[in-house]
Amino acid sequence: MRQRASISAEDRATVLTVSSAFLELNDLKTHFPVESGFVLKRHVGTVKAVDGVSLSLRKGEVLGLVGESGCGKSTLGRTILQLIRATSGAVILEGRNLNALGGGELRRARADFQMIFQDPYASLSPRMTVFDTLAEAIRAHKKVSRRDMPARVAELMSKVGLLPRAMKKYPHEFSGGQRQRIAIARALAVEPKLIIADEPVSALDVSIQAQIINLIAKLRREMDLTLVFISHDLSVVKHLSDRIAVMYLGKIVELGTPDQVLDHPLHPYTKALVSAVPIPDPKRESQRKRIVLAGDPPSPMNPPVGCPFHPRCAFMMEKCKAQVPPLETWGFDHPAACIRVPEIHGSPDSSSRAQSRDPVA
Amino acid sequence: MAGDALLQVEDLRTYFHTRGGVVRAVDGVSFDIRKGETLGIVGESGSGKSVACYSLLRLIPQPPGRFESGRAMFDGTDLLHCSDEELRKIRGNRLSMIFQDPMTSLNPYMRIGEQLIEPLLLHRDVSRDDAWQQGVAALRDVGIQDGEKRMRSYPHEFSGGMRQRVMIAMALITRPELLIADEPTTALDVTVQAQILELIRKMQCELGSAVIFITHDIGIVSSFCDRVLVMYAGRIIETAPTAQLFYEPKHPYNQALQRAIPALNAKGRDLYTIPGAPPDVSKPMRGCPFAPRCEYAQEKCVTSKIELWDVAPNHRSACLRVKLGEIDLTPAERPDTSAVEDPVRA
Repeated sequence: MRQRASISAEDRATVLTVSSAFLELNDLKTHFPVESGFVLKRHVGTVKAVDGVSLSLRKGEVLGLVGESGCGKSTLGRTILQLIRATSGAVILEGRNLNALGGGELRRARADFQMIFQDPYASLSPRMTVFDTLAEAIRAHKKVSRRDMPARVAELMSKVGLLPRAMKKYPHEFSGGQRQRIAIARALAVEPKLIIADEPVSALDVSIQAQIINLIAKLRREMDLTLVFISHDLSVVKHLSDRIAVMYLGKIVELGTPDQVLDHPLHPYTKALVSAVPIPDPKRESQRKRIVLAGDPPSPMNPPVGCPFHPRCAFMMEKCKAQVPPLETWGFDHPAACIRVPEIHGSPDSSSRAQSRDPVA
Repeated sequence: MAGDALLQVEDLRTYFHTRGGVVRAVDGVSFDIRKGETLGIVGESGSGKSVACYSLLRLIPQPPGRFESGRAMFDGTDLLHCSDEELRKIRGNRLSMIFQDPMTSLNPYMRIGEQLIEPLLLHRDVSRDDAWQQGVAALRDVGIQDGEKRMRSYPHEFSGGMRQRVMIAMALITRPELLIADEPTTALDVTVQAQILELIRKMQCELGSAVIFITHDIGIVSSFCDRVLVMYAGRIIETAPTAQLFYEPKHPYNQALQRAIPALNAKGRDLYTIPGAPPDVSKPMRGCPFAPRCEYAQEKCVTSKIELWDVAPNHRSACLRVKLGEIDLTPAERPDTSAVEDPVRA
């Protein structure tokens, strides 16, 4: 993690950069040094967890962030929220570069963006009642008198579907789904504009998962929240998102609406990812062809030269090893980072979708 | 049916006697599995699916666990009550298990090779060298190259997917007649999951083994299993061939589960939610365990004795109202959702 001792004049300037997007990421990089040795630490390499991500979100948009474990999706989420400081690049929220903020300024800005974590068992303090947890969050943002606090907490609890009379209870007295509601209420306590939810339903059983998904959808409608939804479950992401970004080894490799990315993927990796998810429908499932990728994702410490996906890709050619492919549309309706998109999918001008749909036939 | 059943489980009840009361983790479960068949067991956490299978291998600590009743006949031997010696001859040999978490089920202090060939040295009359050679071949079969070298590695040198491959190689090295897989892919990424499922399927074809596949993911069931048991609160509440389970649900819980997953429901619309939470199995229950959460429940669901009734050919359900013909749960039409629509369909 990088510490900023002082803010240079240059950074000051970028703080004031005006941008039309609500949230904009500009060539964001988060690299971790890898050290070896006990006393004499040597720098042996760099893990490029997030490696050049550029993206912009509208106000009220829900972006789904998908990819395998280790692809950098959680690190990206945390870098946006400044829980991990970026190595370079900018996170611009409503025209303000968060990377350039320090100390007190950042602390004050934090009320604008909040996080919901995967594990509601680990992310709530077991020694604080629901009231304490929520009151602490509310106080962090604005002054509320002791007398008014119970009413504020009760209001928050009702908003996420908890009974206010349970406010004196401790986390262990709640089920997993209810705990996730508490965690969501805590995130909402400061009235944030941006929420990053990191696998918020992955630890929950199916019947409970549906309740939380519905709650997130409802809150989003009511509060006009901008949401980055990180998940490995494509069907959950599709259900909630306006747009989906697919990550592989720290880079976005495809970006578009759920329909574009999941139903008509351009990038060979997205295709493989989509085809690997079993569909709960035996008839359709029996008609599918599955692309089984060989091997595991390569180590982000030592990524392949050129296209990071080329060692596992069925469409790999020599030229794929030559350069990192740019995230481009190649004439199609959404961008993908694969230089062979036009060759694999045919020319977009002949624009028969069927052609581009059936790349492995 | 009984004739060609490889394993027959009758009225299995595994209770845990704890200070907080008697936990009826598995409460009267009966099923059988034929040679070469793939049987899925689905249920949410706490439904008893894992305990039921651990019971078959007697991996339940006793006490606090106890088999209150039942038998599990595997080729003439009752797995629940045979002698330890008899059990050891079967377990890890003709009947093996793949555990959920490959990180904790391999011994971190032992080289992969030593762990891998242990079942062979115990159950087969082979020399160490022969066993070692078979180990190398087994690794190759599960797609691990450079077996000679990998046999001498330790578990921490492997990725999660590789460790799960080792577990599979270990479970299959004795060519078992029955393989029990307890959520073998839950901890893995979908791309690795696809590799592992493919591998289990391939090995199953080659060896003709039967597989019991425990999972909470009904997506996996649809692609992988011939027949499915749905468990709830320690009981089987529905069993049917896979397609029937999906297209003609005969229990409100099964129907509710399908209405609750995003993959089968239209985008943007609210998902169906099952009110309440699963029951506490340490409390006595009357009638149908799902009744308190069921939208079709009536007084008689609580007061009547609930069994697993035949409601259609090969299809059994523990719903009284379905059995009486009072409700029809077949979906009118499935909304066109294609949660994850398929770009690679042939």
